[in-house]
Amino acid sequence: MRSSRVSAVAGIAAIALTASACGDGDAGDTSAPTLVIWSDPERADAVQSAAAAFGEANGIEIDVQNVSFDDIQGDVVNAHQAGNAPDIFVGAHDWAGNLMRNGTVQPIDLPADREAALDETALEAMTLEGRLLGVPYTQENIFLMRNTELAPDAPETFEELVEIGTGLKEAGEAEEVLAMAVGQEGDPYRMNALMTSAGGYLFGQDSEGDWDPEDLGIGSDETIEAMELIAEYGEAGEGVLRRSIDLENEAALFFDGKAPFFVAGPWTIGDAEASDIDYEISAIPGFEGKDPAAPYIGYQAFFVTDGSPNSALAEEFVVNHVTDPDFILSLYEADPRTPVQLEALETISAENPAIATMAETGENGMPMPNIPEMGETWDPLGIAQARIIGGEDVRESLETAHETVAERIGG
Amino acid sequence: MATDRSGGTGTPASGATGRRHPAERRFQGSLGGRIVKILLLGLFTALGVWAVLPLYLAGVWWGIGLVVAVVALVYYVYLSGRTVPAKYLVPGVLFLMAFQIFPVLYTMSTSLTNMSDGHRGSKEQAIASIEAFSVVREDDSREFALTVATTGDPDTGDLVFLLTSPEGDTYAGTEEGLNELIGAQVDPSGRVTGALGYTILTPAQVNERSGELQEFAVPTDDGSGIRSSGLSTAFEGTAVRVYDQACDCIEDTETGTVYHADDERGAFYDEDGRRLAQGWQVGVGLDNFSRFLLDPSFASSFFGTLVWNIVFAASVTFLVFVVGLAVALTLHVPKMRGKTFYRVLVILPYAMSSLAMYLLWRDMFNVDFGLFNRMLGLQVDWLGNVWAARAAVILTNVWLGYPYMFLVATGALQAVPRELGQAARLDGAGPWQAFRHVTLPLLMVAMTPILIATFAFNFNNFNAVWLVTRGGPYGSEGTAASGATDLLITYTYRLAFSEATAQYGYAAALSVMIFLIVSVMSVTGLSRTKALQEVDR
Repeated sequence: MRSSRVSAVAGIAAIALTASACGDGDAGDTSAPTLVIWSDPERADAVQSAAAAFGEANGIEIDVQNVSFDDIQGDVVNAHQAGNAPDIFVGAHDWAGNLMRNGTVQPIDLPADREAALDETALEAMTLEGRLLGVPYTQENIFLMRNTELAPDAPETFEELVEIGTGLKEAGEAEEVLAMAVGQEGDPYRMNALMTSAGGYLFGQDSEGDWDPEDLGIGSDETIEAMELIAEYGEAGEGVLRRSIDLENEAALFFDGKAPFFVAGPWTIGDAEASDIDYEISAIPGFEGKDPAAPYIGYQAFFVTDGSPNSALAEEFVVNHVTDPDFILSLYEADPRTPVQLEALETISAENPAIATMAETGENGMPMPNIPEMGETWDPLGIAQARIIGGEDVRESLETAHETVAERIGG
Repeated sequence: MATDRSGGTGTPASGATGRRHPAERRFQGSLGGRIVKILLLGLFTALGVWAVLPLYLAGVWWGIGLVVAVVALVYYVYLSGRTVPAKYLVPGVLFLMAFQIFPVLYTMSTSLTNMSDGHRGSKEQAIASIEAFSVVREDDSREFALTVATTGDPDTGDLVFLLTSPEGDTYAGTEEGLNELIGAQVDPSGRVTGALGYTILTPAQVNERSGELQEFAVPTDDGSGIRSSGLSTAFEGTAVRVYDQACDCIEDTETGTVYHADDERGAFYDEDGRRLAQGWQVGVGLDNFSRFLLDPSFASSFFGTLVWNIVFAASVTFLVFVVGLAVALTLHVPKMRGKTFYRVLVILPYAMSSLAMYLLWRDMFNVDFGLFNRMLGLQVDWLGNVWAARAAVILTNVWLGYPYMFLVATGALQAVPRELGQAARLDGAGPWQAFRHVTLPLLMVAMTPILIATFAFNFNNFNAVWLVTRGGPYGSEGTAASGATDLLITYTYRLAFSEATAQYGYAAALSVMIFLIVSVMSVTGLSRTKALQEVDR
């Protein structure tokens, strides 16, 4: 029958078409190996150009792919499971616990001289059970930004900050004392600075300096006492800390000149430079007669994915290239962040005092705990803190949060 | 499908083809139709080949079989003349299977496992990771400058580590052990650059053998080994945790602790119940279901959440309908001027990104700085008070939802003849009566399915709550119980996923339950509509 012959011809033509369409797609195996790096879009170009030297020296291609920073962890873990993860990725040190238990990254061994060139706390933050999970290259922490027109001198204590701010508010020069995000869900990341100053803690540390999930401090007497002190500045007290100040409006309060003080971070510097406000930064002050405030320090690092087909080059890159001051300096030029490579930090601090000041504001800081249990604390602790700021009972709120977290990390 | 259409409607181009048997003509189609058919089939085959390649590399034979079967089926259906109905049904059925049935089945099967962070992969992967992470360096462990070489061919020869100790001694390390290397050429940094009998590998050649390199260790005394770290350094270390197949356990040689595999929980546990971080995926039966069904705090908040969930979806649907219809009726008045302008204004919220709108509304509800309180001089704690927060969430969604209802109602109103309303007036009905008994019943024919869809959509409207209140405010139980505005979907999302931990098995069990609830409600709703339609007739 004629129609079947036509069909057969059509079928054969379709297959032939397919074959020719596929032909040129798969012929790329013999070229130089490509090292795939996932980075957030903000620093992708910087990584690409800084890594170019490494690619040339080793005769390989470097392909930096953009993934939003918040998505990198989840995407890498899923991609690793599916077998198409990148060779290297940029991530935060507090992901370490989760990356380790999923077997997503491979441990790194640094030669002694490379290790000595990096900030010690940064390396500790990247270490779990005695193994280094990635190579840290930059750090960030929150600090106090002040409007020097309204408040020329940095406050030594939190009480002093409130006194200056309240004075300005009463004189009508400011509308708020402090722009510090609390929000309806609380912000344990920012609150940690004040909570530690007043004596509270989240996790204890074992003898080796690792965070101990069994020593949970949310419902401890120390933390309750600390939050009681903080509650005095809450909505039922002085009204300095309020749930209505959140991540959406905190910056506007400061940059519109309505608040003399602002709990800000390195990510605010760009906006600050672009605004008309004369500002200076200093460490977040602690309470009088108490401990210094310890803001969380976040480190960012290069990780090597487990089972990468290019693991030799990937290891070489993070071990010998990411620890190299020249690489860090060229990365800094494109994307200024405080490095943890000591030589690079020294060079940069000498020419840019702001970086030096920013590094100083983190001197009393503590690395954010990197154990996987940390992830379970944010929501319950945040809600408890928001309730306390709103004037609810401190002990009840914290003990409830403690139970919730303990139940989740115990199971 | 385009193939069929062009094939089926192709008109004969010349008198010769016109005289052929009609059936034959239909299957063959015009030249253009045939070309489109070839192109589409070719494209589909290319898709199949593209899907087979990764499956082949991963060795998933049943997957390859499935792809081949689907491609063969498509070829059969579109090249055979006897399968006309199938030509129309196949694409729809394939899409239904791929995007509806398969995900549901996959979710159900996941709900029977413990898949979560720390339990994602296989037991072998967990063991490999545990062993890799257990390599420790003693304080006196040696470091070497490394050059990777082979004996013989760069691609296949045995790997050899050419090592230089800090003192400047050179060694050749193989899988047998470490031997001194004499007469090697060394560069200023200490790395070996040439040695008799060894082929030095280029970085790219070393990289080619990354997999082998990961396993490679030069054995030294008492179980230690020299491993590479990158291309140019090596160090001596000991793996302190080793898997023993005989006892299915991992022993920590440093502390002496033994971790036994627990294949029911998917992790290695020691006697005190402490586990190693790396676990694997196992089937847990109905544990995920019993975990929330037997949890007292879940049971107590579940029904409250369910009731609020229904109230939320119902009131949003009702208000959206009322407001949308009212606006449509207002703009339906024939004498009104500037109708188009008003209609554009009304549709604007619908045209904007709902994500951004939710965040904007959230800001407007801010108690101190929000637009509402400032403009109206109120002191309502919109997001902190239980009932105010509920009102806020509903208000936001009504604003975002009514333009759609307005569009549908406007369209439906055009189809209702004005004469009917006028006739009712002549019979002595007031405007309300005319609307209530004549226009509305006619409108409802078109609107009822839309209302059911709106209800179902809002029942699971995750963004509506998550972006505005995140489920809050919370009562004295904190996040252990559900928040005042939590829908089932936001509540269960928070139960299954915290900031850093994803519990897919548990989440799947929760969504299977929501799936059942929504199914029951949809089936009831649809059978009620059928009843309504029969009444209408």
